[in-house]
Amino acid sequence: MKLLLTGARVIDPSQKMDAVADVLLENGKITQIAPALAKTLNSKSTGKVETIDLSGMIVTPGLIDMHTHLREPGFEYKETIASGAAAAVAGGFTSIACMPNSSPVNDNRSITEFIKRKAAEAALANVYPIGAISKESAGSQLTEFWDLKEAGIVALSDDGKPVMDAALMRRALEYAFSLGLPVISHCEDMNLSGGGLMNEGYYSTILGLRGIPSIAEETMVARDILIAEFTRTSVHIAHVSTAGSVRLIREAKKRGLSVTAETAPHYFTLTDESLQSYDTNFKINPPLRCPDDLAAIKEGLADGTLDAIACDHAPHGRTDKEVEFEYAACGISGLETSLGFSMQLIHDGILSWPELIAKMSTNPARILGLSKGTLKAGTDGDITVIDPQLKWTVDVKTFRSRGKNSPFHGREMQGRAILTIVGGDIKYDGR
Amino acid sequence: MKFEKKDILGMKDLTVDEINIILETAESFLEISTREIKKVPTLRGKSVINLFYEASTRTRTSFEIAGKRLSADTINISASTSSVVKGETLIDTARNLEAMNPDVIVIRHSAAGAPHMLARMLRQSIINAGDGSHEHPTQALLDMMTIKEKKGRLDGLKVAIVGDIMHSRVARSNIYGLSKMGANVVLAGPATMLPRDIDKMGVAVYTNLEEAIVDADVVMMLRIQLERQNQSIFPSLREYAQHYCLNRTNIQLAKKDVIVMHPGPMNRGVEISPDIADDPSYSVILDQVNNGVAVRMALLYLLTGGNE
Repeated sequence: MKLLLTGARVIDPSQKMDAVADVLLENGKITQIAPALAKTLNSKSTGKVETIDLSGMIVTPGLIDMHTHLREPGFEYKETIASGAAAAVAGGFTSIACMPNSSPVNDNRSITEFIKRKAAEAALANVYPIGAISKESAGSQLTEFWDLKEAGIVALSDDGKPVMDAALMRRALEYAFSLGLPVISHCEDMNLSGGGLMNEGYYSTILGLRGIPSIAEETMVARDILIAEFTRTSVHIAHVSTAGSVRLIREAKKRGLSVTAETAPHYFTLTDESLQSYDTNFKINPPLRCPDDLAAIKEGLADGTLDAIACDHAPHGRTDKEVEFEYAACGISGLETSLGFSMQLIHDGILSWPELIAKMSTNPARILGLSKGTLKAGTDGDITVIDPQLKWTVDVKTFRSRGKNSPFHGREMQGRAILTIVGGDIKYDGR
Repeated sequence: MKFEKKDILGMKDLTVDEINIILETAESFLEISTREIKKVPTLRGKSVINLFYEASTRTRTSFEIAGKRLSADTINISASTSSVVKGETLIDTARNLEAMNPDVIVIRHSAAGAPHMLARMLRQSIINAGDGSHEHPTQALLDMMTIKEKKGRLDGLKVAIVGDIMHSRVARSNIYGLSKMGANVVLAGPATMLPRDIDKMGVAVYTNLEEAIVDADVVMMLRIQLERQNQSIFPSLREYAQHYCLNRTNIQLAKKDVIVMHPGPMNRGVEISPDIADDPSYSVILDQVNNGVAVRMALLYLLTGGNE
């Protein structure tokens, strides 16, 4: 089986490629990229080739979301592995890494194997489980990193239950590093954020909602950078939301430390002003911050401080969101809007196309140690085709995700994935 | 002028004109409460539901009396626990009430924004009787009515609000309302009780009671919620009372004819000394309660199309 993609602008940051070319896939792998490949192939006429004309489109290595919540096992009404994988390919993602905060928590081999089996059955996106750092993510006892790694996890994180015990975090970084497993830190000092509902500032004050101060994030970013430095290990900072965190990470990188970081589309798109309607779709953790933070996130993306854009896809059922703001669950169903909002960074001149694709594919692959995020010959045929001009309107009713919780409903977008190819097979066709 | 608001959710949303209409209407209703037969037929056939998710004596009674004096049917629902604990969501409860066709739903809830959610979903008029630490517009209106009654105006007065500003919906509503009407609002409280960026609401902020009340025309003392002591927001009631209690000595710093207000319930000896609270030359606390009924009568009247 051969698939030939012709006439598109091919952007592959892993080989610094940005040119119009044809891409040939054979038996699930990328085998050739060259200009006008179609002609040479036709003249040889070797077997049947399905050709797709993609003039005006952009072909990139399959997008990778390194921060997704799939809710299965435990909260299947919010999302299943299959519905999450369907949402992923519809959003242009060929691979997703899922956080361990299911019920039970992914803190042992059997849960990891269950997730992988379900993902294989769904046969849509590649699903990479992230294992818990501590048992039940309770923050007291390390999980069996080695066993989890053998079962197939690609990283460790206690996700939204941050490791408050600095000594435990130290041990986790040391042990994980020796196994080559990245540790993803959700930075939030729970004593500082305790009971908080939104960013602490003018809007939390006038809305009478308890605030989450930026220092709740920043003190733990600083802590984890220091622990990584002392132990000569690495750490990945999840969903950076504040100017202070960007500054700390930038400085750490300048000093040559092995620190990587991601942010999410809402942090460079929305601010805490949006919460004035008490619309629970804007309730997320970390919370939407103020305009200065938003500007700093954009700077951090532009100067490379922030390596990756991750969705922090957090699907919820209606019952979790249609309640008083205080009681509502945190999170945005983001897989199907992430690319659209991230493309705004190109429209606004903040990132170039290769830079954006690096942050949504090549860099997440590097951080997680996946042999993905590239179009090099011989690698898996994971490809995202983007129509950069396509105008569309976000409609949560059309989401593949079970989570319809999006504050972006009704928004106009320019650009989206129209074809998502995983392992040489078309898994989403939005043409 | 016609009053066109569907809901009364907060002082933030009311214009100066709307505030004036409410206060004037309330003033005209004051007299009804002094009659021998304290009832007029104005709202006969209308029904008002008081949906209280938080304990309240003063506000709930005040709304009930307001409705009854206007001949509306008033129904009180007290939920001792939050909707989440009870098992039925607030929206389901509200939709059930909506189906019974009341005219006005008065809601008090510990969660900020709960009245706003109802206002979005229901066709009935919603009155916010206090939502979390957000707003308490009827309290601010009755406070403004009381100040106006005693001082003849609001414009140009210095009003000091003292205490736990962080958790006070009364403070927020009064800051919005009084500032709109031209008063100069200043705040005072321990630094831990002053929420971030509160100065951006256009008020001067002090951590010292004495500085704040200098030359004040009005001093409004807020209730200290005793349970906050366990949240490390202040060290002890003893220390609080030593520095933030309004007493015979520090009140001399204010204008000679200063009035003292308190939204109640008072902690005597904590934020206000009993001899100030009970001294009619300063205290207008019971006038506030009396005006509260009139303000709530005015709102029920205006929301049900009374002045059309």
